[in-house]
Amino acid sequence: MSITTLPDDPQLRERFTELKPPLTPQAATIEANRCLYCFDAPCTVACPTHIDVPGFIKRIASGNLRGSAMRILDANILGGSCSRACPVDILCEGACVMHKQGRHPIRIGQLQRHAIDAFHDAGGDVQTAPRNSRHVCVACIGAGPASLACAAELCRQGAKATVVERRALPGGLNTYGVAEYKLRASESLREIEMIRRMGVEFRFGAGIETAEDLKELESEFDFIFLGLGLGAMQQLNIPGEESEGVMNALELIAGYKTGRIRELAGTVVVVGAGNTAIDAANAARRLGAETVYLLYRRGEREIPAFESEYEHSKVEGVQFLWHRQPMAIRADAHGVLLLDTVQVREVDKELVPIPDSKFTIACHLVVPAIGQSPITDLMRDFCRIDVRDGQIVTDRATGQTGNPRYFAGGDCMNGGREVVDAVADGKRSALAMLTIAEAMYA
Amino acid sequence: MPDIRVRGFAGSINSPNPFWLASAPPTNCGEQIMRAFDAGWGGAVWKTIGEPVTNVSSRYSATDWNGLRIMGFNNIELISDRSVDTNLREMTEVKKRYPHHAVIASLMVASTREAWHEIVARAEDAGADGLELNFGCPHGMSERGMGSAVGQVPEYAEMITAWVKEKARTPVLVKLTPNITDIRAVARAAKRGGADGLSAINTVNSITGIDLDTLVPRPNVDGKTSHGGYCGPAVKPIALNMVQQVMADPESALPLSGIGGIETWRDAAEFMLLGCGTVQVCTAVMHYGYRIVEDMAEGLESWMRSKKFDRIEDFRGLSLNRVTDWKHLNLNYKIVARIDESKCIGCDLCHIACWDGAHQCIHLDRVTGPVNGHVELHPTPAQNEAHSRASITVTPVTRKERAAASATHGPYMTPIERIPRVDETECVGCNLCSLVCPVDQCITMVRVDSGVAAETWEERTRGAACAPEPQRS
Repeated sequence: MSITTLPDDPQLRERFTELKPPLTPQAATIEANRCLYCFDAPCTVACPTHIDVPGFIKRIASGNLRGSAMRILDANILGGSCSRACPVDILCEGACVMHKQGRHPIRIGQLQRHAIDAFHDAGGDVQTAPRNSRHVCVACIGAGPASLACAAELCRQGAKATVVERRALPGGLNTYGVAEYKLRASESLREIEMIRRMGVEFRFGAGIETAEDLKELESEFDFIFLGLGLGAMQQLNIPGEESEGVMNALELIAGYKTGRIRELAGTVVVVGAGNTAIDAANAARRLGAETVYLLYRRGEREIPAFESEYEHSKVEGVQFLWHRQPMAIRADAHGVLLLDTVQVREVDKELVPIPDSKFTIACHLVVPAIGQSPITDLMRDFCRIDVRDGQIVTDRATGQTGNPRYFAGGDCMNGGREVVDAVADGKRSALAMLTIAEAMYA
Repeated sequence: MPDIRVRGFAGSINSPNPFWLASAPPTNCGEQIMRAFDAGWGGAVWKTIGEPVTNVSSRYSATDWNGLRIMGFNNIELISDRSVDTNLREMTEVKKRYPHHAVIASLMVASTREAWHEIVARAEDAGADGLELNFGCPHGMSERGMGSAVGQVPEYAEMITAWVKEKARTPVLVKLTPNITDIRAVARAAKRGGADGLSAINTVNSITGIDLDTLVPRPNVDGKTSHGGYCGPAVKPIALNMVQQVMADPESALPLSGIGGIETWRDAAEFMLLGCGTVQVCTAVMHYGYRIVEDMAEGLESWMRSKKFDRIEDFRGLSLNRVTDWKHLNLNYKIVARIDESKCIGCDLCHIACWDGAHQCIHLDRVTGPVNGHVELHPTPAQNEAHSRASITVTPVTRKERAAASATHGPYMTPIERIPRVDETECVGCNLCSLVCPVDQCITMVRVDSGVAAETWEERTRGAACAPEPQRS
């Protein structure tokens, strides 16, 4: 059964026009020809999945688009979503030697997208080894990038993999969390449909909540890969947080991406200044909010979001309130939210309120975006794996946890990085499982 | 201000500068040539005049390179498709309005003395400053016994040149075809026939490519093609070699108008350094228009000023004696590659080029410690690459990680492990690394004292020719 797709929503498409539109074929060829074809290229080293960047770019230049896409997918099965969602300026493009000549780096992300889009448009399939030619059977918990990459690699090499997901749609943050002007949910689902055709099985609506659930998986599968991602968004822990009109950033983003939230108005306050906060603030602007404030307890220089994301949000019209913390949320008689805030300053690494700096913002929506909490309690308690600082402890090269049947990758293991890091983690675990299984079989 | 005027070329041809348009579509009619003169061209060789032809469509095709258009250009167009009368009437008009510019009539008629006598007389009556005999056109006309059919047979070329000279009062240039084993054979024939000058080279026989959808080579004329004549930047090195061959041969050398891939003043200066008195341009004008001549004139003047050349004659032919037979090269001249670490951008193209295409002496061992000597001691490119691919990289997400990732480490802008090292004991001084390096002046070839006096192959083997062959058992 094919992966469910989301209905096309012209209003959403129009409001979230792509930040980086696709290259035309000729522009792609010209850009591809700029590539120096470095040996042991720094861009390839910088990519967590080590995509052979010069290799796929030269194939674009020669008109071998299918070969180019295969080169990408060989290293990174989610090459399509990575081409859109990756912070390329601090990864491959940041490593491009062109910088050192004062030239614009090769537009690697857009070239990658060019090759992969052509592949998907042609309904391309990745070749896999005969099914069950490898005697290993793996359950991947969570259908985010880490599990998808792990499962795809296993199936590519002839093993069996089943992805278990509590939500209705696969993809994790790729489907529900990446800003629509970067990666459309439909693009994410199209990519996962290709992975499904590789032989990966999916079980949707299947949350792993109890020790019994895990036991069942243990009896059915040889290995279990934990691609759990992070947990719920952290609370502000202020009075009034439960008011109607408070919605965390991930809810807001998932809501508009799946068509549940189509319109916002008035004033929106986003609390936090990470990449997700920025995504939520930009989304609020595009959904129609006239004024969007981003409230951050520290200053501009400490903003945790990537520089490029911060710069982009200014273009979107987001306004920033620095050194300010939320105190309480109230509602007035007309249902308008009143967010009490206070100015803070850092004293001995502690943020202390500045007297008489209280300031109330009347708004229609408050969006907490101060990070996600870890969700590893069940794992620690029932599968005998180590969890340190909320992250599952693994052997870095294999993703294997202290319990040899359990592997982990992606945000639950690396603490919250990028899609491409999750893909690299998932693939490393798959390769390690295959090696272990091979040794056991022999 | 350097003087770039041409005075008395091939006897009596003058032009305000050495930049002429070659006989080709840009000189098809008087209106074009007058616009070209207005743009700054010093002379024009009229599109070859003869019995009018019927052309086909399409006519041109090109070789693109790395996304850039027209590295080489190919045509299957014939000589002028306009009547002799029309061409000559317009020529008279052009000469009347532009008396100081050079107008050369390119001619091609049937190989009879009468036909040549007649066309020579008519062209000169029309006001041509000189005549160029088209013995070079490689396609179409050659099938009718003209063009390169003449230019490939020295006896014909000599005979027709002599017929023309019987009648001509203006300088006679013979345009040479490169589609011949030794271009000097026809150059010598032209000189024997009394030619006053030469033009070289005409286009090179070519098929530029094949459409991989239709399988029809280009240019496509209703499903078929015919070989064409290749020109443009791609043929310049071939042209320079042939110019050198002609000008270095006393039996061939005549005032020479250089042709072949000239696009800039730099190209023009190179042809002149090998002896050309004027140059002719076609493809670059077909690509960009007459306007390119402005930079050609300015650039040449400015280069001459920097080199302190007052006239073209001051530098014409100066590089000619720098080309010699291989046997006269110094076998004991030794250079090695030096990499300027401060300029290196870490592309490591020199490393892979040296390992796969040269002598395996550029290594990536700046961190692991240098090893000089035999190839087997060094990690191969594949090993270097495998090492990188096995590394675990993560996206630097926090401010601290990002700062660490973008920090420059070491004295150079490129991490030291990516700056290659040349093993000078093994370097043969081939130049390859300096040619592939994308950074200007990053890899230079530096002379090292070999401690041995200069010696050529000829000197080393002098007398060896008389030695008895070694006995074979």
